[in-house]
Amino acid sequence: MKTSNKILFSRRSFLKTSALASGGILIGFNLFNACKENVKMPIDLSQLNYNDFNAFIKISEEGKVTIFATNPEIGQGVKTSMPMLIAEELDVPWDDVYVVQAPLDTENYRNQTAGGSQSLRRNWEPLRQTGATAKQMLVNAAAARWGVDASTCKAKQGFITNANGDTLGYGEVVLEAAQLEVPENVSLKDPQDFTIIGTKTANVDIDKIITGKPLFGLDYKEEGMVYASVIRPPAFGQVLESFDATKAKGMPGVIDVITIGEKARNMLSEAKPNWSVKLSTTDKVVVVGKTTWDAIKGAKAVKTTWKTDSDLESTKEHDEKLLGLLNGKKFRTRRKDGDVEKAFAEADKVVERIYESTFLPHNPMEPMNFFANVTPEKVHLVGPTQTPESAANAVASLLGRPLEDIHVDLTRMGGGFGRRLYNDYVMEAVEIADKIKMPVKMVSTREDDMTTGVYRPACKYKIAASIKDGKLTGYHLKEACVNGNMYGLVPNFFPAGAIANYQVDSVPLRSNITTGAWRAPYTNFLAIAEQSFFDELAEEMEVDRVQLHMDLLDNVKKNPNPKIDYSPERLQGVLQMVVEKSNYGKTTEGVYQGLSVYYCHNTHVAEVADVILDNGMPVIKKVTCAIDCGIVVNPLGALNQAKGGVLDGIGHAMYADFSFKDGVPSANNFSSYQLIRMGQTPEVDVHFAKSDIAPTGLGEPTLPPVGGAVANAIYKATGQRLYKLPFMNNLQSKEVVG
Amino acid sequence: MPTFNLKINNKSYTVEADMDTPLLWVLRDQLNLLGTKYSCGIGQCGACTVHTDGIANRSCLLQVSQAEGMNITTIEGLSEHGDHPVQEAWKAIDVPQCGYCQSGQIMTAAAFLEKNTNPSSEAIRNAMNGNICRCASYRSIEEAVKVAAKKMS
Repeated sequence: MKTSNKILFSRRSFLKTSALASGGILIGFNLFNACKENVKMPIDLSQLNYNDFNAFIKISEEGKVTIFATNPEIGQGVKTSMPMLIAEELDVPWDDVYVVQAPLDTENYRNQTAGGSQSLRRNWEPLRQTGATAKQMLVNAAAARWGVDASTCKAKQGFITNANGDTLGYGEVVLEAAQLEVPENVSLKDPQDFTIIGTKTANVDIDKIITGKPLFGLDYKEEGMVYASVIRPPAFGQVLESFDATKAKGMPGVIDVITIGEKARNMLSEAKPNWSVKLSTTDKVVVVGKTTWDAIKGAKAVKTTWKTDSDLESTKEHDEKLLGLLNGKKFRTRRKDGDVEKAFAEADKVVERIYESTFLPHNPMEPMNFFANVTPEKVHLVGPTQTPESAANAVASLLGRPLEDIHVDLTRMGGGFGRRLYNDYVMEAVEIADKIKMPVKMVSTREDDMTTGVYRPACKYKIAASIKDGKLTGYHLKEACVNGNMYGLVPNFFPAGAIANYQVDSVPLRSNITTGAWRAPYTNFLAIAEQSFFDELAEEMEVDRVQLHMDLLDNVKKNPNPKIDYSPERLQGVLQMVVEKSNYGKTTEGVYQGLSVYYCHNTHVAEVADVILDNGMPVIKKVTCAIDCGIVVNPLGALNQAKGGVLDGIGHAMYADFSFKDGVPSANNFSSYQLIRMGQTPEVDVHFAKSDIAPTGLGEPTLPPVGGAVANAIYKATGQRLYKLPFMNNLQSKEVVG
Repeated sequence: MPTFNLKINNKSYTVEADMDTPLLWVLRDQLNLLGTKYSCGIGQCGACTVHTDGIANRSCLLQVSQAEGMNITTIEGLSEHGDHPVQEAWKAIDVPQCGYCQSGQIMTAAAFLEKNTNPSSEAIRNAMNGNICRCASYRSIEEAVKVAAKKMS
């Protein structure tokens, strides 16, 4: 990865010179004066001259530095951590840096997506190179002015000094620097010299968040903007038959009632529809109002009739079919090492268990919404999306317009969790705007969001393992999953490579319920299943759980396998760390501990859950978490991600209950769907491994293992193994409070 | 359409709206007070929390007609310079992840701490239990409420 980043980086000239209309010269810098608090939200494109140059950094003559955050911010902290990488190598005081969210700009930036915990990992070198190159140009400019060799000059904290003790501020030489050639092969700092990376740095939007300033998609406004509420089918498998909008049209706040869907259908008929768009074939009724409330109220007044177009599916049938598939033979083999059948035939004992999960809605706090204004000149889009580039491409094909007509401004997002990878709501906003010829904000209600979502698919695993002479000889995992196959994409995770006879098979169950990625998509349930299973295996083998993992990882170290994604050393490292920090195995009266150790999204994590019994009921008191994510760029942001992931994982493992009956979701708001609340949260004690390895992601990796740790702790406390989500519904003692 | 006189953040406003319009949408769409957030619309999540006569209240459930005569405070009016002890504590702990629910969390905490200057952990947890944070920043919120309580006592 390191190498490919470098190649990509050097091929792209990220700093280029161009003349400014106002007479200055830009080279990634300019005399930009938008470093003020009153910048229009999100930003004023005409002021920025974005398309003129490749902008990450701007330095004013006074030395004020503006750094552009290029990736979408969904709460994972990249709007803070990515600019930190540039500021570190540019060597400026962080307090002098002003961070501005960049719009989608495919010419000048790459990978403007938020997903898979990859933002920091992919940008670690390129962004540091950007900062280092700019610093070198400033040094070269100062050296030229002084008439000395640049190698005798040093840049630090926004100032350049030479051997004679002369000093120049970055702002004083920025104009000259801008006219120099862009140097190649600049050297990066030794991690030991970092002054910003590794320092606790507050969220760059903190002041705006705590004072309620407009930041989010739902907060964006434009003169003349109207609001739209979309009426979608109440059940998967239904389409619009007819509607009566007489009453709605008579309401004073309602501007119009229209239908959309034709353009989406045309797109669906294309050979290769954009993956990020989950479109339905139905027409949808749209109520356009003067305010959000006018649109929502108007939508409630429309009478709609729906007809059944395909199967109206129920969870009960899904369960039966998925179990049928698990017991059948329709699998696609994803990985096969050795011969599991032979190992099972020769075993002293075979352990086999089935684990079952539910569908999950994402429920970001900010419901889906998007602003669109479609004019003959351009298509202006503003709002929350994790995949702005895919959105722009899809909009271009939806409207049959060239890509350069589509302008996407990014807002901070009120959470994503994978939901905003899919741009169906962007397409709706665009189709509405195109039809009504007015700037419009499409706003979903919570009910719209929860019942017409893109869900984490329900999934079942059957895991079997063979034991011979006290050793683990074979491991066979079978997966049956609605629509997608989760495990199929990660067959090289632990325990792959650790067991000689190892096989992974998967089979999908096709469904008309839209499904997709949900925070830690391939592993959020897999980790619960496997980590629960390993706990039972250790018990069956009568070996210590920690020892079992250490031995398996030793096997990998002794017989290196090129087809594994994880590092056995780093997994052992976090395992040892969590054992030490949690006092795992050292019995404390009344405290029951469960262990989980997992690798995903390039990060190694081990967790221990402490459970106590309160009147016979298990209560989660504490989770200890050990993480190896390489260098921790922002310890404050990292801690927030780690804790949030653990608590999110507990909440969804314990309480999240979501199913379908005749195509209709079982819950439509927080009154019928339980998210974790403060009273249910245990203490989370997080420890990061010291490392000088390039950083990996943290948005997801602490979430998958925690459900397993909790299940194993509850088993120790109550003697009950948990095989089905949500645990709350399957606990024999009915109450679990945190 | 009827008109209503509202007193918000010590300013007087006259708005025209259907009488059943939730205060939330009047604040957001008509008065540009966008710090008060919409998330569930049924009083379950607390993202839209404002103070009415000093009490934490859900603006999604409060109709504009009921809000007349009340002394309403939104996140924008909690302090003049964003330096209410709760806001300062949120900043010191760096509570937010996505940040969307935080103005509601801050308003709930501020109203609670006005009446409870030395709250126990349990009292804090009870007081904050009605506010959902989907990023689960709960432990940081709890810590920040404790920091703010010390400053306010």
